[in-house]
Amino acid sequence: MTQLQEVSVDQIKHLVSERALQGETVLLNMGPQHPSTHGVLRLLLELDGEIVVNCIPDVGYLHTGIEKNMEAKTYAQAEVMTDRLDYLNTTGNNLAYSMAIEKLVGLDVPVRAQAIRVILVELQRIASHLIWLGTTGLDVAAMSTFLYCFRERESIMDILEMCSGQRMMTTYIRPGGLWRDVPVEFEAAVRAFIKMFPRRVDEYEALLTRNPLFLDRTLGIGKITAEQALNFGMTGPPLRATGVNWDLRKARPYCGYEQYDFVVPTRTEGDVYARYIVRIEELRQSLRIVEQAMDKLPLGPVRSNNHKFVPPPRSEIGISMEALIHHFKLWTEGYLPPKGSIYSAVESPRGELGFFIVSDGGPKPYRVHVRTPSFDNLQALPLMAKGVLVADLVAIIGSVDIVLGDVDR
Amino acid sequence: MQTELEPIVQVLKNAFDIEVSEFRGDVRLQTSSDKIVSLCQKMRDELGFTLLSTMTAIDLGIFKDPRFNVLYQFTSVTANLSLGILVDVPAVDPSLPTITGVFKNAVWRERELWDLFGIKFEGHPDLRRIMMPDDWHGHPLRKDHPLGYEEPQFTFNYKEIDSRKPYAKE
Amino acid sequence: MGVEEKLGNLGVVTTTLESVMNWSRTRAMWPMLFGLACCAIEMMAAEGAHYDMSRFGMELMRPSPRQSDLMIVAGRVSRKMAPVLRRLYDQMPDPKWVIAMGDCASCGGVFNNYAIVPGVDEVVPVDVYVAGCPPRPEALIHGILVLYDKVNQQKIKLPAVTVR
Repeated sequence: MTQLQEVSVDQIKHLVSERALQGETVLLNMGPQHPSTHGVLRLLLELDGEIVVNCIPDVGYLHTGIEKNMEAKTYAQAEVMTDRLDYLNTTGNNLAYSMAIEKLVGLDVPVRAQAIRVILVELQRIASHLIWLGTTGLDVAAMSTFLYCFRERESIMDILEMCSGQRMMTTYIRPGGLWRDVPVEFEAAVRAFIKMFPRRVDEYEALLTRNPLFLDRTLGIGKITAEQALNFGMTGPPLRATGVNWDLRKARPYCGYEQYDFVVPTRTEGDVYARYIVRIEELRQSLRIVEQAMDKLPLGPVRSNNHKFVPPPRSEIGISMEALIHHFKLWTEGYLPPKGSIYSAVESPRGELGFFIVSDGGPKPYRVHVRTPSFDNLQALPLMAKGVLVADLVAIIGSVDIVLGDVDR
Repeated sequence: MQTELEPIVQVLKNAFDIEVSEFRGDVRLQTSSDKIVSLCQKMRDELGFTLLSTMTAIDLGIFKDPRFNVLYQFTSVTANLSLGILVDVPAVDPSLPTITGVFKNAVWRERELWDLFGIKFEGHPDLRRIMMPDDWHGHPLRKDHPLGYEEPQFTFNYKEIDSRKPYAKE
Repeated sequence: MGVEEKLGNLGVVTTTLESVMNWSRTRAMWPMLFGLACCAIEMMAAEGAHYDMSRFGMELMRPSPRQSDLMIVAGRVSRKMAPVLRRLYDQMPDPKWVIAMGDCASCGGVFNNYAIVPGVDEVVPVDVYVAGCPPRPEALIHGILVLYDKVNQQKIKLPAVTVR
């Protein structure tokens, strides 16, 4: 185990301004354990009184080596690790991985599975934005939103648990479709949620949107222009709050998104308040998508028929020899995709989540690279944080909505 | 290949010497390391690829030469196009010129490649480790770096592993 | 138990002081905010209104280690984070307890590689291990009640040196 090392100013001399070396400004460590950094993010702040002159993020405190660990597991076992990347958007991670495998192999997905995937991913988007709203409210001292948001989230967790047995790390969306069909109580639960939720969003808006205290803390803070945001590789709500209308669900529709009618909210100011408005509006639009998908839910199978890659149903194993052989092969060795490499991306609540998989024809992936949105979104933080007060810095970090599991993998 | 992408690939083929490959709809252009900065500059300024989606590397094997393949994935937000550039990096003293002047998110991406693969980037303003602790030896995502796993403790080997596992006392 | 019942309200015995001390420790144990990864979200859900943890005395979570007496290590501990964890543990005043929440903190969990410390008991001594990936809020509350049982059985240790 390594000992804690004291970082002297020499090591970061090239990153701090001249005034720090002369002792005019203070170097403060906003450490890995901090209530407002949303995880283990370490920030080195150079402060002139209360104003932040420079902000140097130090990441890597949650590095899990997922990319290397996936190389040692078969494709089916590696999916379990994808849940743990961005742990607020677990079904979205599963969807991104499954879509990458389907693109690599050339699998088809039945329409019922696509519709249920859309429902679960949009519910997960709502849950992720609710946690963002709760913790952002906590950062700017609006404590009651935290409790309300977690109450709504419990309904969504109940729905996920009903489908897959697990509240968070579901691994329900698998390459070729879903693990199994949804139970009979699913429809009633989702419809109850759809009925209850719009009034709750109105409650949150009534608490925060025109609250002069909230406006004081968020209007005009942490501005970034569209060009700067694109240069930093930002995607997702922070980019849409600067005016760029880029959403992978509309630009490159996947999973049947083209049949649903929804609006992608954008604003032009690019500050903390704009990002707040974009995400609140996304809550409503996601609910619209869930409602339309629930109305149009087609009947049919939920798994692809290609049993070289997708396990056959358990009922067939007793009666069909081919099913038994496929099952045996898939469970002992795993499936063998063709050689090659692909990149496939979906829209997560934070931005563009992409998987780059290199296959050498064997049962284990040769290299998996995950393009996580928070890694690039966080790089713009020093630019947004120049010249603000420390209290505003907390609001800015909250508005970028980073998840350290995404940044560090 | 998409029809909008063809003139762009043609322009790049005339300006630089590249090879085109395609697999399941992903278009990749192979080029050499000395042309990468001007290629990125052209992609951003003239051809409208303003978003560097990701930058990653593949270790092709310990005895292969070139050892690494570095992939730059570009996205054009206005024209909704996607293009990848592949660069070969040799095994001995692997290094590439930096593109931090063109795309700002390359700062951390190149630091990550230095940390996990050992590929140096000339001209990078701040090349130090980002994911691993500062005193770590080795580059984890290389194929010759071990996974570092520990043996699972079952009932038959419980006592042996228990005696060697370091437990903290107070 | 027996002495008080038989003799009624006669004086104070050492056992009563112990149980009073342990009772007061369990009724207001303040956990330190040490949520690292996914288990932190379930810890926050346990704090929320549905599975209320403040009925067990954990109304506030103190971010400062100097003001807390329980450290719930929720999430995976990487090798870069381990010295920080030890330093925070050392900064907590006695009496202090540690709950290793989740599989990653107990034994390394799903991950078995170079970057994760396999089990946080290599870094700090752990009192209660809560299994699950992530454990349900009810499982965490059960772990806390098990810790309370453990605290209720602690005895007062007289100091080694008596001062005259």
